[in-house]
Amino acid sequence: MTQIATPSPRVRRLLPETATYITLSIAAFVSVFPFLWMLISSTNTSIDIIKGKTSFGAAFSTNVVNFFTQVDVPLVFWNSAKVSILTTLLTIAVSSLAGYGFEMFRSKMRDRLYALVLLTLMVPFAALMIPLFMMMGRAGLINTHIGILLPTIASAFIIFYFRQSTKAFPTELRDAAKVDGLKEWQIFLYIYVPVMRSTFAAAFVIIFMTSWNNYLWPLIVLQSNETKTITLVVSSLASAYYPDFGVVMIGTILATLPTLLVFFIMQRQFVAGMLGSVK
Amino acid sequence: MALAKTGGLKRYYDVNGWLFIAPALTLIGIFLIYPIFRSLFLSFYSGKGMMLKFAGFGNITRLANDPVFLKALINTTTFFVIQVPIMIVLALILASLLNMDRLKFAGFFRTAIFLPCVASLVAYSVLFKSMFSVDGVINQALMAIGLIGMPIGWLTEPFWAKVLVILAITWRWTGYNMIFYLAALQNIDKSIYEAARIDGVPAWARFVHLTIPMLKPVILFTTIISTIGTIQLFDEVYNLTEGKGGPADATITLSLYIYNLTFRFMPSFGYAATVSYVIVLMVAVLSFLQFYAARERS
Repeated sequence: MTQIATPSPRVRRLLPETATYITLSIAAFVSVFPFLWMLISSTNTSIDIIKGKTSFGAAFSTNVVNFFTQVDVPLVFWNSAKVSILTTLLTIAVSSLAGYGFEMFRSKMRDRLYALVLLTLMVPFAALMIPLFMMMGRAGLINTHIGILLPTIASAFIIFYFRQSTKAFPTELRDAAKVDGLKEWQIFLYIYVPVMRSTFAAAFVIIFMTSWNNYLWPLIVLQSNETKTITLVVSSLASAYYPDFGVVMIGTILATLPTLLVFFIMQRQFVAGMLGSVK
Repeated sequence: MALAKTGGLKRYYDVNGWLFIAPALTLIGIFLIYPIFRSLFLSFYSGKGMMLKFAGFGNITRLANDPVFLKALINTTTFFVIQVPIMIVLALILASLLNMDRLKFAGFFRTAIFLPCVASLVAYSVLFKSMFSVDGVINQALMAIGLIGMPIGWLTEPFWAKVLVILAITWRWTGYNMIFYLAALQNIDKSIYEAARIDGVPAWARFVHLTIPMLKPVILFTTIISTIGTIQLFDEVYNLTEGKGGPADATITLSLYIYNLTFRFMPSFGYAATVSYVIVLMVAVLSFLQFYAARERS
């Protein structure tokens, strides 16, 4: 006690250090708690969840069985996987080509178009959804997965990301390949793609997560149970008049699992992809 | 490089240049540029469903006299004016703590605080809804530590519903912003901090006079992207309030109002498009500020 009254240099150092660990521990706890809550609640009945029960219960199997009877799980998962993987692959294809093209073949006209592409970054989705919905209606694409896919492939942000990353692509490789008689598409496919694989990996993570978690546009376009994705299913289960939160928890676990896996397997690419925008 | 001037090479160069960017340009033209002009065009029309008729500036008059729109505008503004600064300060503090020398478990803390970014907006909104029920885990914890005497009606009282939305967004995005600051801090020479420490500058002063000025560009960038994100807030309020933006429109946002105008009742495409242009204007102003700030920097 006397030590605190006249702090020794050691205590003066330890005090802020302790405060740091306490602050970080609280922040970490708050950040992780909802995930723990999700796991704990998946084993409890809806009433227990609403009443804030923080210990594991015995209702896990009941919740799982109820979830699987209320939801056609394989179909919903297949819908989500199909939409996300196709969106990711197509967005990567279109955006990497564009990023390479804008950077390697500069001209005044193309630079201007690139500026226009960047300008679309600031277009809020709310201002697009009405015309897009009307377009999809005319094209007969309401309630189809193609209707979801098409407008999300054009991403100014991913094009920007690829172009920024292409600046680091060694031009000597391209020159050497040209001397060897490779055509541009061959250089792109056989040299650019393998050399830039970490850029591609980061783009994959970002687009997949965005697409898997996408909500507003699918909510508008997908109207039947046969086409709905996992996000929509979780949302509609939770917005029932008397939601069964035990069942909802199984849904949130299933909805979160793929992105959690991608994050833990590809954490480095994930962070790299996010920071790509400030470099 | 005399060859570059000959027509053949230039054409080769041009053909390839266009081929590479053509798919992206086509998609952006159809799904971004056309709709944004179509929206503008629609905002001069009124009527239900596909029965549209020209209304001139009628929608703007309607906007000025629409109490729900006003509420949505005030709510949206309230959310970003209050939430973004809180989150940015929190993220800055956490980032500078994580950046300290010889910090143990730094990797664990970083991953844990970043984890909310992995949750889908729908999933975490639903989780928050269950945690913040009247008899729920949050009210019980707050009562147990004596912060409140009575349970708070997080989902039933207008004021607390707004607080809940702010808490939820802050939980989801603080770690995201923190990662940007951490990346920027790691580029700063540690010896500056060491020198300040030896000179007896206390930790809070190092934070205010060293960290914040050096991170100014990143802070500005994240503030603007966070604000733009919050202006478009939809998923959270929709899922916390069963799509109503309640109680009594207390949490309705502009995006939610547009959705309701278009898809909940008989669609008013024209008027909804007008409301959407309010968002366009707000985002445009912010983007302009960012562009201006970025140019000043370089």
